[in-house]
Amino acid sequence: MRKEVEPKTKIKISAGDRTLEIICYIIFSIAAFLCLYPFYYIVINTISANDLSAKGDILFWPKGIHFHNYSSAFRIDGLFQALKISLMRTTLGTAFTVFASAYLGFMFTQEKMWLRKVWYRLIVATMYFNAGIIPWYLVMKNMHLTNNFWGYILPAIVSPFNLILTKTFVESVPKELQEAAEMDGAGVLTVFFKVIIPVIKPIMATVAIFSAVSQWNAFQDTLLLMTDTKLYPLQFVLYQYLNQASSLASLAQSNTSTSSLAAAAATTQTTTSVRMTITVIVVLPIMLVYPIFQKYFVKGIMIGAVKG
Amino acid sequence: MTKKKVYSFKLFLMVLPFIILVLLFCYYPLYGWMYAFYDYKPPKALSACPFVGFKWFSSLVSSPTKVQQIVQVLKNTFAMSGITLGTSWLPMIFAVFLNEIRGVKFRKFVQTVTTLPNFVSWVMVYSIAFALFNSTGMMNSLLIKAGWIEQPILFLQQSEHVWFTQWLWLTWKNLGWVAIMYIAAISSIDDELLQAARVDGASRMQIIWHITIPSLLPTYFVLLVINVANFLNNGMEQYYVFQNAFNKEFIQVLDLYVYNMAMGSGGYSVSVAISMLKSLVSVVLLVIVNGASKAIRGESIL
Repeated sequence: MRKEVEPKTKIKISAGDRTLEIICYIIFSIAAFLCLYPFYYIVINTISANDLSAKGDILFWPKGIHFHNYSSAFRIDGLFQALKISLMRTTLGTAFTVFASAYLGFMFTQEKMWLRKVWYRLIVATMYFNAGIIPWYLVMKNMHLTNNFWGYILPAIVSPFNLILTKTFVESVPKELQEAAEMDGAGVLTVFFKVIIPVIKPIMATVAIFSAVSQWNAFQDTLLLMTDTKLYPLQFVLYQYLNQASSLASLAQSNTSTSSLAAAAATTQTTTSVRMTITVIVVLPIMLVYPIFQKYFVKGIMIGAVKG
Repeated sequence: MTKKKVYSFKLFLMVLPFIILVLLFCYYPLYGWMYAFYDYKPPKALSACPFVGFKWFSSLVSSPTKVQQIVQVLKNTFAMSGITLGTSWLPMIFAVFLNEIRGVKFRKFVQTVTTLPNFVSWVMVYSIAFALFNSTGMMNSLLIKAGWIEQPILFLQQSEHVWFTQWLWLTWKNLGWVAIMYIAAISSIDDELLQAARVDGASRMQIIWHITIPSLLPTYFVLLVINVANFLNNGMEQYYVFQNAFNKEFIQVLDLYVYNMAMGSGGYSVSVAISMLKSLVSVVLLVIVNGASKAIRGESIL
């Protein structure tokens, strides 16, 4: 990915260059710390004694490690339902978007299509304008997509950004592949499934990660479209908990099986502990998946950057 | 001949369902602008509501309190977008100096870690902010332990420095991510050029100043044009999650104001009117900036 800039012949490093490097190391260490520590802070607080955590005593390492916060978090009403909605919209939404991007990215390279450029521009143009959230909401209401799970999925299927990424990638596939398949009598769909999909997998992975992250993180569409609590995803439930958490600790607590009094203070759920635990539950999937997929989206961005 | 036409039309039919989706979700909402010209009251259908013409548009400037409110919202929008524009060179500098780090592992680590916050939603950023900066959070306990303060500071309920702190959170979230684009651009700089400069005895600062930064400027200008075009579109999610009774006056940007007007006080028609003005201004901005970019740099982003 990155060309090595080291000179072949040894050139003496000047004192100025040395200082520069040291300053860079210091600044980037601070930047990395600032990005990582908040996550670490929350994680150590969820596994530490809750009475210490509520006082703000847990700063650098966990004290009195226990995992009650996690076992009781799932007893909170509605959390499982929210997890289900989050997982459903992430998997379904991603599957649809990945398919649509790959399919359209391929179809829009078919020069024989009637008014191909018009349709392609019609889609790409939507990146640059926006009717506004309230007109969008009113129209969604007209189409009965408020309080409807499909309101999460349908608007996200065609994504101009992902379409540009895939189309650019498909254009880099040699035309001869398709021509050879067509000589053998393959139709356009056969070419897509048998010839194109196997070679565009890297860009499909990129689109999948972008789409999965945006579905998992989506918040605004729930805020606008959904009033039915059964359709709330984890993000939205977390937001509600952040705002009305006082009753929450008792909620988690009342469902907990009787624990011995001595241990009670350390493992009793507090508003702080409940909030942080849910935050970790919501962040964790991203933290786990992210390093694995990083190389894909860096590639994807580079393709987009070269094109853009 | 006809067979060819049939095939060409068949290809179109194969993408038609997706075009319909785009028309429904991106173009049909433009029809929603109609609501700005009616006195729309939610349970009733639009056809049953009286047509009021430009009443909502003129109501925006009708009373001094209204004007004052809108001026404040515009101030917030301009300030937050302005700070972002003014610091838009930060990711470029970040990428340039990250590239100066010779330890590949450290560089990869920093790149990975600093892009992570971009993948976390605003709700979670707020949750993290809450954990770190509430009255018993990390910052307050540290300050109290150090003896610098006696009473916890309510960081998130401040009405001062709202523009700046919101910029800080925005930067925390996307600095590393935007830098990736510059890192990609740096990796495509001609190696021979760098070698030649070194042989000529250029110091690293000289190489940065005369080679690296000039070769990043095209990317910078593309992103700048997009930023200017989006001057009024701050989005609402960040400000929605961070807003509270104390900072509301300074955190309401246009997008959030539109939402609060409609969902908070039921003023659908008037907020559609504002949305509409905002979209029109944005499109005009985009065209102007794109025209300027074409004239000055001979490049168009559209």
